[in-house]
Formats: sequence, structure tokens, C-alpha cells
Amino acid sequence: MNLRLNHLWLTAKADISESLRSKWFMIYATVFGGIIALLFAFGLTESRIMGFVGLSRLLITYIQLSMAILPIFILITTVRSVAGDRDAGVFEYLLSLPVSLSSWFWGKMVGRFTVVFLPVFLAMSGSIVWGLIQGMEIPWSLFLYYTAFLFALSWCFLGIGMLISTLARSPDVAQGSAFLVWLFLLLFLDLILLGVLIQQQVPVETVVAIALTNPLQVFRTASMLLFDPQLVLLGPSAYLILDHFGQFWYLIWAMLYPLLLGTVSATIGYLLFRRGDQL
Amino acid sequence: MITLVGVSKSFKRTRVLNELSLEIAAGDRVALIGSNGAGKTTLIRCLLGEYQYSGTISLNGECPRENRKTVLEQIGFVPQLPPPLKMSVQQLLNFSAGVCNCDTAEMESVATQLGLELEPLYKRPFEKLSGGQKQKLLIAIALGRPTSLLIMDEPAANLDPEARHTLFSLLEQKQEKSAMLISSHRLDEVASLVNRVIELDRGEVVLDDRVDDSIDLSSILQCTITTIRVEPAFSKAMNGWGFTTGANEAEWNGSIPGPDRLRFLGTLSRYAALLSSVEIKEAA
Repeated sequence: MNLRLNHLWLTAKADISESLRSKWFMIYATVFGGIIALLFAFGLTESRIMGFVGLSRLLITYIQLSMAILPIFILITTVRSVAGDRDAGVFEYLLSLPVSLSSWFWGKMVGRFTVVFLPVFLAMSGSIVWGLIQGMEIPWSLFLYYTAFLFALSWCFLGIGMLISTLARSPDVAQGSAFLVWLFLLLFLDLILLGVLIQQQVPVETVVAIALTNPLQVFRTASMLLFDPQLVLLGPSAYLILDHFGQFWYLIWAMLYPLLLGTVSATIGYLLFRRGDQL
Repeated sequence: MITLVGVSKSFKRTRVLNELSLEIAAGDRVALIGSNGAGKTTLIRCLLGEYQYSGTISLNGECPRENRKTVLEQIGFVPQLPPPLKMSVQQLLNFSAGVCNCDTAEMESVATQLGLELEPLYKRPFEKLSGGQKQKLLIAIALGRPTSLLIMDEPAANLDPEARHTLFSLLEQKQEKSAMLISSHRLDEVASLVNRVIELDRGEVVLDDRVDDSIDLSSILQCTITTIRVEPAFSKAMNGWGFTTGANEAEWNGSIPGPDRLRFLGTLSRYAALLSSVEIKEAA
């Protein structure tokens, strides 16, 4: 067991080393760091929306932008680099070393999670540090909730990305599939398809079930719930969710469900990876 | 040591290995030859447990799919194309030694013997090394740990003559305890390294023959070549073998590793009309 953990850690470290030297990571880190820098530069902390000013306003905007770009960024970079490594012979060589497949797969997952979550988290933390230096009021509870949501969202889409990487045999197919998955989830966002479903008089239970199982929608509803408890900014399903769950339980769901979905997706990916050809 | 019984592997409808049965014993140095698509790489990947297959493969009684870690602890592998790893040389050594449960010292020692000075390279990304440096490092990782089977895909292709000689000497030290499987497109590249030749064609063994292995893997041959005139193309070829000229620019002197004699004669044969004398003798 100790040896497996040691191998898992070694694989995670190797994956982190590989990622830190990759172009995709440079772009990824620059985008999220750049968003925070731009939000400060455009004086967002001094504007007001629905009574929110200062860092709360900035975090709310940051979380909305993250929802738009984080999932697709994680999906595309994960599937491209994993499928690309397999294509280029990296897997052939590294898997010829005596590392167990479970340590390898989960080590990659842990390593990759570190490099996709840390830039997002550090960019947000950077804004808090800057706020402290500037003597702004720090919205700690919003910061902690958003950290948890971003953690769950990153893990979720990383798990889905690892599953797609296992199923698709080439980088192009993997990338196309990842884009389709993201597009599919985007179509089932509250304001787009759910509105249509309700207009077409689809049963309420179906609409709520879709809203509860789409990780993008879960993240969106939960992040808005924190600053708009009446969900006036959201579409029809959010009202029902609020009635059924209540705020506290919905926030719990928003943290646990994406984690569970990511873990289940990655586990299916691992089982397929172990059972089939590794190359 | 290695037993394959009725091993088959298909990709969709294409059968790449077809009911392959083989026995390879300790001390066997096997040249695995065949044209592109013959099944060499697929066979190697099956041995490494990276592909599913039908039939049975066992290495010292263990199946590479079911006991992957135990089997791979016994195998040192050098791929034909170095993987484009972005991690640094130090990180690659640490990772390899870590998962193989051994020290990096022996790997570093082999690298040094092959003429690879690691000190200035530790922080450099593996993919930024030259072809020869990558090859030497991968060989060092494979030979710098205890194994009972070496699988190498054209291992000497990117090496200079001195490093080739060191590699042959290192292989000689391993040959008593280990089996070797050396894959190549051409037999003449590996002929003098092996004592058995297996040729694959469309996933089947079409030749399985023992060959003379009286060549001492660590031997050195002293050579003196004289040409009828100075020819730039010939000079370039001789420089590649590490040969030098003296006052007489038409006379070349140098040494070659014993197992490389066939390759060297192959090089000379391209300039046969230019040669006036060839002297090759075992170094004392």
C-alpha cells in the first residue's frame, strides 16, 4: 500500500513537472491571472451591482467568467495532453517502468488536478492579498465558498476529461468529443434549454432533474445563490430548486455532486484504461 | 524465461500477431527482425503488458497483464524513438529509480560510461537533449537497474563508435544472467550482438535460427585503410567512425568495436573502388 502511494506520488510529481513546462499551462495560468489583473485594472472593485462593491463584486465577476471558460479549458487541455502523450510514445515508455496502473492513472489525476486548480485558486487568492494590502473589506465566506465550488468544478471536468482521454484513441477525436460534451452541458443550462422545456410543458421533475445533474448548472446556481438568494437573475428551474432544497442543502449539493461526478467519471475511465490497451 | 503460447493480437479486423509461440531462455540474445508491420512493436508491447492479447505470455512464470509490476521489475526497455518528455533529466532519473525501487547512482554510472556527462544536463528538459544524449540516458536507465530481460529497439542507432563499444561491453556483462530481445529492421545492424535470429512476417515467425556468437562483445579491432586518392565523402564517413589521418591524408587509422565489424565493412563496401589496402586485426 505504501509502495502504491509512493508510486502515485511519483507519478503525480512527474505529471506536474511535465505540465509546468507545457505551453498549455502557460496560457492557462496567464488567462486566469490575467482575468484578475484586468478586473482590477478596469476598476471593477469600485463599481456596484445589486449592492455589491469592492472584492465581492470582483469575486462574483471572476466566478462567472470561470464558469464560462474553466470547464472547456480543463476538458481540452486534459484530453489533448493525455491523448497527445499516448500518441507521441510517452505512455509507451513510462508504462514500461514497473508502476501499477492504479498508481499511474490516479497519480496523473492528482498531478493534473494540482496544475489546473492552483492557478485558478492562486489568482483568486492574489485578489484577496491585494485587497488586504489596499485595506478593503474581505468577503471571507464568499471566498471560501467559491474556493470549494471551483475545487469541485475542476475535479468534475478533470474526471470527465480523463474518461474521454481513455475512450478516444487520437488527440483529434478526444478534442472533438470534449468540445461536444461541453456544448451538450451548455445547451442544458437553465436559461437556454430549460426555458424551452418548460415552455413545451415538460414535467417539472424532469426539468429539476436536468438542472440538478448538469454540473455547469449546479455551479452556476450555487455561485449566484450566494449573492442573489432569490435567484432573480436565474431562469425558471432555479426557483423550483430553491423551493425543493433550501439554500443550505443546495450549497452542499453543489460541492458534493461535481466531486462525485468527477470521481465516477474518472473511475470508469480507470476501469476501461486497466481493461483495454494502454496505448 | 519467456514463454509465448498461441499469442494473437488484432486491431479491429487486422490481425497483427497470429498464434505466436516462442520460448526464450536466459542467455539468449535475440534479434527480432522483420519489415514494417511485421508485428515486432506489437509483440514488444504485449511483453510489456501494454496491450491486451489472446493466448498466454509469461516471464519467469508471471503474466505481464496480471502481474504487471512484478514482470516489469525484471524488464529494461529502450524504445526506438525517445519519448518527448518535458521533465528534466534529474526528474526522469528520480522517477525511474523511484518506481524501480533502486538508486540513481548505477544509472548515472552507466550514463558516464557511455560518455554522457550528466552534471550540466540535470536541469535540462529531456526533450531538449540531442538524439544521442537521449539514447544514452534511456540505455543508462534500462541497464542501471537489476533486470533479467532487456528489450531494445535499435539501441545503437544514434550512438557514436565509442559509446557503441561501451554499450556492447555492458551488454556482455549482462548476457550471462539476462535474455535480450533486440528489435531491428535490418539484421546486419544487430547480427554480431545476438546468438539467435527470429524473423516475423505478418505476425508469424518465419525464421527462428541460432547464429554463431563467437564474437567477443568487448573486443576491439585496429584498422588501417589506405585509399588511392583523397575523397571528401570517404573522409566524412571515416570521421564518423572516429578515424584519423596522419601526414599521408590517404591513410586512415582507427579502431572499431568487434561486434561492429559487419557494419564497418558495409561502410567500406560503398567505397570499394577507392580502397587500395585494408588491414583489420584484433587489438592486443
